[in-house]
Amino acid sequence: VEMEKQVVDGLREVFQSGRSRPLQYRKQQLGALHRLITEHQEDIEQALKQDLNRNTYNTSLFELISIENDIKLAESEMADWAAPRPVKKNLNSALDDVYIKPEPLGVVLIIGTWNYPWAMILQPLVGAIAAGNAAVLKPSELSEHSARLMKELLPLYLDKEMYQVVTGGVPETQELLRQRFDHIFYTGSSAVGKLVMEAAARHLTPVTLELGGKSPCYVDKNCDIAVACRRITWGKFANCGQTCIAPDYILCEPSIQDRIVEEIQKTLLEFYQTDPKSSPDYCRIINTRHFDRVLALMNECTIALGGESDRSQCYIAPTVLKDVLPHFKIMQEEIFGPLLPIVTVNGLSEAIQFINAREKPLALYVFSSDKTVIKRMLAETSSGGVTVNDVLMHYTVDTLPFGGVGNSGMGRYHGKHTFDQLSHHRACLIKSFAMEGLNDARYPPLTAARLRKAKFFMQHRLCSCSGICVWAVIANLLAIGLLVALIVVLNVNILV
Amino acid sequence: MSNTGVLTMESQKQVLERLRGAFRSGVTLPVHFRLTQLEAMMSLFEDNETQIIEAMHEDLAKPKFEAVLSEIEIVVNDICYAISNLQSWMQPTYVATNLATKLDDCFVRREPLGVVLIIGAWNYPLHLILLPLIGAIAAGNCAILKPSEISRATEKLLAELIPKYLSQECYAVIRGGAEETKTLLENRFDHIFYTGSQSVARCILLAAAVHLTPVTLELGGKCPCLIYGRLDMKAAAKRLVWAKFFNAGQSCVAPDYVLCTAETRDALLPFIKETLESFYGSDPQQSPDLGRIVTDRHWDRLLELLKKSEGKIVIGGESDKKTKYIAPTVVVDVMESDALMQEEIFGPILPILTIKSLDEAIYFVNEREKPLALYAFSDESQVVNTVLERTCSGGFCSNDGIVHMSLPGLPFGGVGASGMGNYHGRWGFETFSHKRGCMMRSWLLERVNVLRYPPYNESNLSWLRWATTAKKKGWAGCSVM
Repeated sequence: VEMEKQVVDGLREVFQSGRSRPLQYRKQQLGALHRLITEHQEDIEQALKQDLNRNTYNTSLFELISIENDIKLAESEMADWAAPRPVKKNLNSALDDVYIKPEPLGVVLIIGTWNYPWAMILQPLVGAIAAGNAAVLKPSELSEHSARLMKELLPLYLDKEMYQVVTGGVPETQELLRQRFDHIFYTGSSAVGKLVMEAAARHLTPVTLELGGKSPCYVDKNCDIAVACRRITWGKFANCGQTCIAPDYILCEPSIQDRIVEEIQKTLLEFYQTDPKSSPDYCRIINTRHFDRVLALMNECTIALGGESDRSQCYIAPTVLKDVLPHFKIMQEEIFGPLLPIVTVNGLSEAIQFINAREKPLALYVFSSDKTVIKRMLAETSSGGVTVNDVLMHYTVDTLPFGGVGNSGMGRYHGKHTFDQLSHHRACLIKSFAMEGLNDARYPPLTAARLRKAKFFMQHRLCSCSGICVWAVIANLLAIGLLVALIVVLNVNILV
Repeated sequence: MSNTGVLTMESQKQVLERLRGAFRSGVTLPVHFRLTQLEAMMSLFEDNETQIIEAMHEDLAKPKFEAVLSEIEIVVNDICYAISNLQSWMQPTYVATNLATKLDDCFVRREPLGVVLIIGAWNYPLHLILLPLIGAIAAGNCAILKPSEISRATEKLLAELIPKYLSQECYAVIRGGAEETKTLLENRFDHIFYTGSQSVARCILLAAAVHLTPVTLELGGKCPCLIYGRLDMKAAAKRLVWAKFFNAGQSCVAPDYVLCTAETRDALLPFIKETLESFYGSDPQQSPDLGRIVTDRHWDRLLELLKKSEGKIVIGGESDKKTKYIAPTVVVDVMESDALMQEEIFGPILPILTIKSLDEAIYFVNEREKPLALYAFSDESQVVNTVLERTCSGGFCSNDGIVHMSLPGLPFGGVGASGMGNYHGRWGFETFSHKRGCMMRSWLLERVNVLRYPPYNESNLSWLRWATTAKKKGWAGCSVM
């Protein structure tokens, strides 16, 4: 119990000494993190194989490349990100320096999750380091091999007085949450997200919550169904469906349901061959508790493809369920497994209604060749993010902010957004003692003249909003003046 | 339906349902609607300037000068700013892509959150509730306003004017005290914007956690004012006095206390005295330009602080309970343990603490909670930079006070115990929006997608790595795909 407090207090003391302020230090730490990943890639892949039966290819693709990209980006852009950002001034501040100064927050807590144990902790860490913070990392105990490896490796590469890994289960996490942090970054379920926010409330700590939900995938009858199904199959069954932005369920018109099942079947054969269980590219469910949970979701459903399982291996075959009804259990919670239900709807309006009757999801997918369908879907729904005509991909563009809304979370990250999320944007106004004459207007005692002057210099609008634009008037006067001058000159010429 | 009375929990729910229905209907989405509402807000100010000044006077004995600058002008400025920039704020922003996604459109859409709750405070009763509302309207949300019940006249005025000028379907004022606010918070909102104290903020965060509602908290704290090194004493005194005694010290960004050397203090005091006289005359109680304390309870609290203080009153100290008047007061020889240093003063009492070095002052400040604002007065830019670099605060202003919050380009908000989130100008719009990352993939180049599909192999991986790796600056033009 004491340990967690000691860790946080120690980190805070070192943070306050100013060690992480110089950009050089932060770059050094990021470089070290990069080396950790490249030098121990095999160990990481091994740990993930043990945790999730993750294929080494998938590990690189889904976790390591993103982390490495984030590191490289932070290293090269950090100076820009951390520099003061000048903003617009008004007449009063014309001679002053006005800018936003990004500053570190202090000690941040990053709580990871088990489905992408490295990316979910290290990507936020990259931003935390770049922004100059100290950090406590709490990897998920469910992906225990990764947690153990992270705890062993991090202090070998990073400054252990600024960044520490705390492992453990629920009691350790709860004890950590009792401590005071300057920001808490949590990835996981909405249920636990509420508990994290509640714990943070006690210390008025801001939080970033990357939660989940049921990400809908609408397949319009006007689209290349074969390509759509390939992309959906890829995104759904990668990591055995255990991805927060996996397409959770499909919405489509009854007329194309069978075609969709057919295309998915073809694709599954291509990806995992006839027996996915023996494919080196197909993962497993993380543990038996989740295996039982996911399997139970199949109960009322009509199996169109798959359905096989093996508890001893936590294996569930890639499964498609058809004619699923909204009240089925599988439609009440995030699946987070390799079951793909298809719910039929009569057209786009019904699909939009269906989506809007539910919590705002983390991701939303729509497949269509019809621009008006896409436009309506975007305009009439809400979600953390969107990929049109593919799945998952918006996650890979680090210039896009990644995060949820409503029940799917708050805050955003990736690339520069992580830096901004874990910084304080301090508003700065640097004035001199000069131009005191201007200030006189705001001092008492009140006179009509002073009030007029004060109002004028406060304005950052050059138009009074009744429509008469001062500059427009001046521009017009100048124009008229020039015209008159021109006429005079011409007349003089003629006379001459 | 006019909300002049206090609502029961049931009627609160009804109001919320009405607003939710309006939001779902999509009426707040078109830019035209938002502009009309913002223009109506403008008219609200233009048509009712006298009533507003009267209400301010009734609530806080707020001088006309202050009411116009800090309650009317600042809000009207922000409305104009929003009106002129709204179209551009609403545009999706396109972002740079990597090689693998060059043919795709990636952009960020700013979307409204839904129904938001804005809880105001009593010290700037109109400003602190209507300035956030500008951002909420501009971003396309519906909003419930819960003004402070302490500033009664303004509460009544808002309840009367808001339904008269703004769409009653989309915006509502709910009146009441602590009990009503508690039941209101049991409902689900899409964002809660609160200005006020830390203790209430904790309750708000707890209530928000139940529904995973994001919040913006504009809190307070003790805003330090470091005065050090070479300075223009006269100008410094004027600016310090203006910022401190504006609204009788009841501003969340008022300089709470001063840290300076004994020499600086001795040099500054005569100028402070001189400034006070030029502002408020020899008998400040007679000046029409000095505000009063908001309630008897707050007046009692301040007098209690003065009584308990072990410092020496060198200027002011007079008070009159009947008119809730406290003279502009300066107290010196104040120690860290003094009563005046235990809580945010929020009144016209200025303690001056002496330090021997800049380091000592900075250490003192850093030992405490991060304040909403921090001030450094000095003609030496080295001093200003040192303070700026080695401290943390919501906002920072050198050689002046408060005015940094009148610049719409600067985000206004706290950090740590002084709050989270920010607003003003475009920042208000962003606070009340969801930034939705969107990617429109092309149907073409499915052959490129093949690289990512199983069965997996090493050569595909290295191609993918090459295509998705962040390129250094300057390479952007070299995309071949």
